[in-house]
Amino acid sequence: MNVINYLPLITKNSFRNRRRSALTIGSLMVSLCLLVLLMAMYKALFYGSEQTPAQAVRIMMRHKVSLAQPLPLAYEAKIRQVPGVKAVTVRQWFGGTYRDAREQRNFFARFGVRPRDLFIAYPEYVIPEEQKQAFERERTGCVASKALADKFGWQPGERITLVGDIFPTTLELKLAGVFEEPNKFEMLYFNWDYLRDGLKAAGTLDLDFTSQYLVLADSPDNVPRVVKAIDDTFDNSPFPTRTESEQAFFLSFVSFLGNLKLFLLAIGGAVTFTILLVSANTLSMSVRERIREVGVLKTLGFTPGTIFGVLLGEGMMVAFIGGVLGCALAEGFCVMLRNAPIPMPQLRVMNVTPLIVSISLLIALLVGLLSAMVPAAGAARRPILDSLRHTG
Amino acid sequence: MAIPIAYNLRNLVVRKTTTLMTAVGVGLTVAVLVADLALVEGLRTAFKATGHPLQLVVMRKGSNAELNSAITREALQILKAKPGFAVNGVGEAMISPETLTIVNLPSVDSPDGMNLTTRALSQAGVEMRGAKILQGRWFQPGRREVVVGKSVAKRYPNAQPGKLVRFGRGEWEVVGVFDAGESAFNSEIWGELNQVGADFNRQDTVSSVLVRAGDSATFQALANSLNDDRQLGVNVVSEREYYERQTSAGAPLQFIGLLVAVIMAVGSSFAAMNTMYAAVARRAKEIGTLRVLGFSRGSILLSFLIESLLLALIGGVFGCLIALPLNGVTTGIGSFATFSEIAFDFRVSPSTMGAGIIFALVVGVIGGLFPAGSAARKEILTALREI
Repeated sequence: MNVINYLPLITKNSFRNRRRSALTIGSLMVSLCLLVLLMAMYKALFYGSEQTPAQAVRIMMRHKVSLAQPLPLAYEAKIRQVPGVKAVTVRQWFGGTYRDAREQRNFFARFGVRPRDLFIAYPEYVIPEEQKQAFERERTGCVASKALADKFGWQPGERITLVGDIFPTTLELKLAGVFEEPNKFEMLYFNWDYLRDGLKAAGTLDLDFTSQYLVLADSPDNVPRVVKAIDDTFDNSPFPTRTESEQAFFLSFVSFLGNLKLFLLAIGGAVTFTILLVSANTLSMSVRERIREVGVLKTLGFTPGTIFGVLLGEGMMVAFIGGVLGCALAEGFCVMLRNAPIPMPQLRVMNVTPLIVSISLLIALLVGLLSAMVPAAGAARRPILDSLRHTG
Repeated sequence: MAIPIAYNLRNLVVRKTTTLMTAVGVGLTVAVLVADLALVEGLRTAFKATGHPLQLVVMRKGSNAELNSAITREALQILKAKPGFAVNGVGEAMISPETLTIVNLPSVDSPDGMNLTTRALSQAGVEMRGAKILQGRWFQPGRREVVVGKSVAKRYPNAQPGKLVRFGRGEWEVVGVFDAGESAFNSEIWGELNQVGADFNRQDTVSSVLVRAGDSATFQALANSLNDDRQLGVNVVSEREYYERQTSAGAPLQFIGLLVAVIMAVGSSFAAMNTMYAAVARRAKEIGTLRVLGFSRGSILLSFLIESLLLALIGGVFGCLIALPLNGVTTGIGSFATFSEIAFDFRVSPSTMGAGIIFALVVGVIGGLFPAGSAARKEILTALREI
């Protein structure tokens, strides 16, 4: 059977009942859009955005238990001696409160860093040169990611007060600059030395600690070796460490949110099954209405095989159109989420990749095919006389 | 006059395949929503039921979580001198200084290790929480012993009576499992104040102090006198409020679940609409006949709407049934307030199921309104003439 020859017939049949086709396509579109979003979500959560060469060599090192536990500053020199390590710098988690802590909105990541090291470790941060210099120059300076600055409407020069909770000090910061960053994270970096000034003034005796070390490996291939070497070095010390690639570090945050993998898979399964039901339902309704017509086609010489094929084609066509529209809708959603105030910033990097599009279109075609099987086989098998006599 | 509902029921039975497929579609949507609500409600229950109404959590000024707080021994002495505390059976004021740390143990879901809150407290703290021992016995002062909450025992293979867990400066023997009712404490490990404190070099300070006011009249006065004492430098929150605030840990999952349920609902409304339009088309002659018999346009509209609602209701009930086995399933979620995991049970309660059914009915109304309208608008003669 030559598919191309039957394409006009399939198309005509698909749209004979416009309203039904529109509703079916609408339903499939929404469900497939959801499936695409789930896949994009899965990818965003478990793979993050595309790994850049700079990210590939970044290693995060923290206390085995949590970001809130300190590591001694004496570790820095020891880490530097590990073969494969190019650079080490500190990254101090500062919990604290911005405005009112009871509001989830006011929570964002705040880190004390050495300003000069920050932009070396993160070459993907884009910031005007003079803002960068201002951050390095001013002890009370800080820089915020664009996602964060936009959320609060901050402009350079903004005064930002962070009241300490882990630390008995209050930071009176001045926004020196805003940097663009591909992951759309909400984060603020301030000068680590300024925090230490505050702690010294508050009478804290032991200042020689940091909550995290940011380690740069000399090549991506060396990362696993460096990670293991560092953890082995400190395994039996009073401050055991957990060292991992930056990507693995983000993943550990995601696993913290609960068993998301299972959650997404279960929903994905439910959605796929729903699409199958909707599509099968429409097709059987549509075939039932056309029993007599199928009889006529048979008297005109259409073989049962052809009829079977044409009906399968109809199912696939409707599902495919739904799939294409669903992908487009999902892309629209992703663009919308990119700047939305949602409780999961990770979802802002969701995007519809060609791979996701191909997978969902494949699923759409498969669903169309499967759902048309039963009604199409029924119509193809029905004897001509029966079909012609059928009323209803 | 209204058309009997039996008419709609029979129609749904006649087209059983279509009815079933549409209803299952609606059902799956409802199941996703009910599961999401059950998760949120389970989490909320775990936190809501935590805390005695007369108890206050005392933390350092500026701290929002016990983990980030530190209270010195001197401050503790000042605090103890305040009036207004409840007294227990042997005449001691109900004040429990406590030290919190986090330990990392492998759980069933994350073999790489999950964080658990470890609370070092005295017998007073145990009594103030009304915890009971389920299995084994309480820890003895002066020994390296701990007890674990019942959720911890369920989810952490190493945290069983008789086993050893490693944290701080060495190993601790698990000697019992406790039950603190429906509360977040079941996700904690408890040890003796001085023992655990010594392991973490925290003999001079404690993390927080739990206190109980004598009665509801002195409760606010006590809270104010602690808050206002500059020398003390603390802030207090009621224990209830402190735990309720942590419910926000479930916000991300709740957000995804609701988003998905709403999108799915749009899809199922379209599907229901399709089914109802087909029903209207097939029964054109019947509609004409009903009109000839004297049923008004209004009754036709109502009848088809009821049919759509019935269809959605079947779906809603089905959805609740799918979600029901989730009830009581234990899962865990990390809280960034405590950097540790809270275990809780899904709760498929009458109210979550009710929400699911209402959701299904909304889908039914949206899906049925337009087809019912088109049925009601049919002219008698054209309707009768249709095949």
